[in-house]
Amino acid sequence: MLNINNNKDALAPVIDVSQVNKWYGQFHVLKDINLKVMRGEKIVICGPSGSGKSTLIRCINALEEHQQGDIVVDGTELTRDLKNIETIRREVGMVFQQFNLFPHLTVLENCTLAPIWVKKENRVEAEKTAMALLERVKIPEQADKYPGQLSGGQQQRVAIARSLCMNPEVMLFDEPTSALDPEMIKEVLDVMIELANEGMTMICVTHEMGFARTVADRMIFMDDGQIIEEGPPETFFNNPASERTQQFLGQILSH
Amino acid sequence: MQKEMIEARTPPIMTVGALAWIKGNLFNTATNCLVTLVIAYGLFALIPPLIQWAFIEAVWTGESSADCTADGACWAFVNARLDQFIYGFYPPEHTWRVDIFFVQLAVVLAWLMIPAIPGKKYGLVYGLVAMPITSWIVLSGGMLGLTPVDTHDWGGLMVTLVLAMYGMLASLPIGVLLALGRRSEMPVVRTFCTVYIELWRGVPLITVLFMASVMLPLFVPEEIVFDKLIRAMIGMVMFQSAYMAEVVRGGLQAIPKGQQEACDSLGMGYWKSMLLVVLPQAVRMVIPGIVNTFIALFKDTSLVLIIGLFDLLSIVQAGLNDPVWLGTSTEGYIFAALVFWIFCFGMSRYSQSLENKRQEH
Repeated sequence: MLNINNNKDALAPVIDVSQVNKWYGQFHVLKDINLKVMRGEKIVICGPSGSGKSTLIRCINALEEHQQGDIVVDGTELTRDLKNIETIRREVGMVFQQFNLFPHLTVLENCTLAPIWVKKENRVEAEKTAMALLERVKIPEQADKYPGQLSGGQQQRVAIARSLCMNPEVMLFDEPTSALDPEMIKEVLDVMIELANEGMTMICVTHEMGFARTVADRMIFMDDGQIIEEGPPETFFNNPASERTQQFLGQILSH
Repeated sequence: MQKEMIEARTPPIMTVGALAWIKGNLFNTATNCLVTLVIAYGLFALIPPLIQWAFIEAVWTGESSADCTADGACWAFVNARLDQFIYGFYPPEHTWRVDIFFVQLAVVLAWLMIPAIPGKKYGLVYGLVAMPITSWIVLSGGMLGLTPVDTHDWGGLMVTLVLAMYGMLASLPIGVLLALGRRSEMPVVRTFCTVYIELWRGVPLITVLFMASVMLPLFVPEEIVFDKLIRAMIGMVMFQSAYMAEVVRGGLQAIPKGQQEACDSLGMGYWKSMLLVVLPQAVRMVIPGIVNTFIALFKDTSLVLIIGLFDLLSIVQAGLNDPVWLGTSTEGYIFAALVFWIFCFGMSRYSQSLENKRQEH
């Protein structure tokens, strides 16, 4: 189902962010960010709120504009050209903190809207794909309901399925469990872990450190708009180099 | 501590029944008793004489106001003039063409409003595209072997409905475009739409109609000046679409930013995300406002009387000047008001049913 493109150069990074800077007015939110993501790699970004981690992943699919530096996604450079932006967005799926499902459409219609209208798939084909993906996120029986009739955890799983329907190369997760009740976090994380095990390239902004330990190939800690520390989870959690990382981990792991 | 889970129980029996309601709501305090009694007396004093006048003593048929009595309504006037009220001066041998227009309108409305009738999509296309075109051809003629009927001869209810229908059909899409334009990131588009909206909203409709009928011919060469009815119609559409734009903009502003971002992240371009995601939600949200504007538009059609077009109200008024029917103005105005009210109330009810449907999910 998940067709990871093998015909492309497996050694080239699928996402290449170099020397990216971004300002909101006078406020410098991203400072000299460099990040290379290899195909199939899972990256977890953490850091205090306001550190720029959401802004960074939102720059990757051009939901936010960066003012300096280059972002290359799967060989396409992100410029202001709308064509380029739309090409990149089709390659990159995104899951939001607030789910952002379309409330006027059923779960199935949410999943088939973009495949039908953007990729010009025929309806039957698109619905087949969507049902298979809903099966994978374990809610095929909700296909004909509206988002408002589902729990938060179910909605987020639909949002993941909706992104996967576009068959993306990379998935971005922007705090996918932060708006969920504790009892629903696990069902969403389980789906994400499964996705990771199938080889999807993932960048997750999350505070779920258990999840990070399980799936991350690389941890990134951001503070004050910069990447403070990055490395494999074992070193990151057990032996963080920077004092700020230690402090942060101490705060979120203490209870 | 609670040992077992509490079973769900039925609610306590309430004091129900008509008598309990009356006691609880109308006669619960001394002031309310007094108010109830005064209102009851008022109704008692008003309603029986009204029924007496409008129905029991009323005269339904007759040749002139001489046939009517002083104690009852003279519906004979409305009855005798009904054809003119409906068709204006449309040639009597061609009024079947107007009937086709009415029937088409009724079919579309029934198609869209009655849930049991299938194929709403086709109904919508028929109502929005096919019907306006065929109706215009059938009404004005000059094609398909139909005798041309000049719009000077149109009048009465048909003009009201023609103006209202084309006005609504055109002002909603134009209003939507203006609303989108006013929120656009392109400065030229945004400025143009803002200026347009503020300009037209700041001018009384009567002025617009005067401009369309009197001023325009002064500035534009005679060959280009088209039909007065069409000019009035364009003026009304320009005016109402500015109001419509602001109503729709209210809806657009209520849609969370995340919806647009979700569309963006799926690679949907501007028009796709607007047409498939944002507008369907925004328009549903402002149905009451849209219908409110429609109702205003429907009643505003009566303003065309000042530029010499005969809509329902002006043709009733013209009939009142007939010496044969002197003294029937009350009946004439009541009739016109009733017809307007029926249409407006219908629209209001339809809007409520749409809202209820929206709340189901």
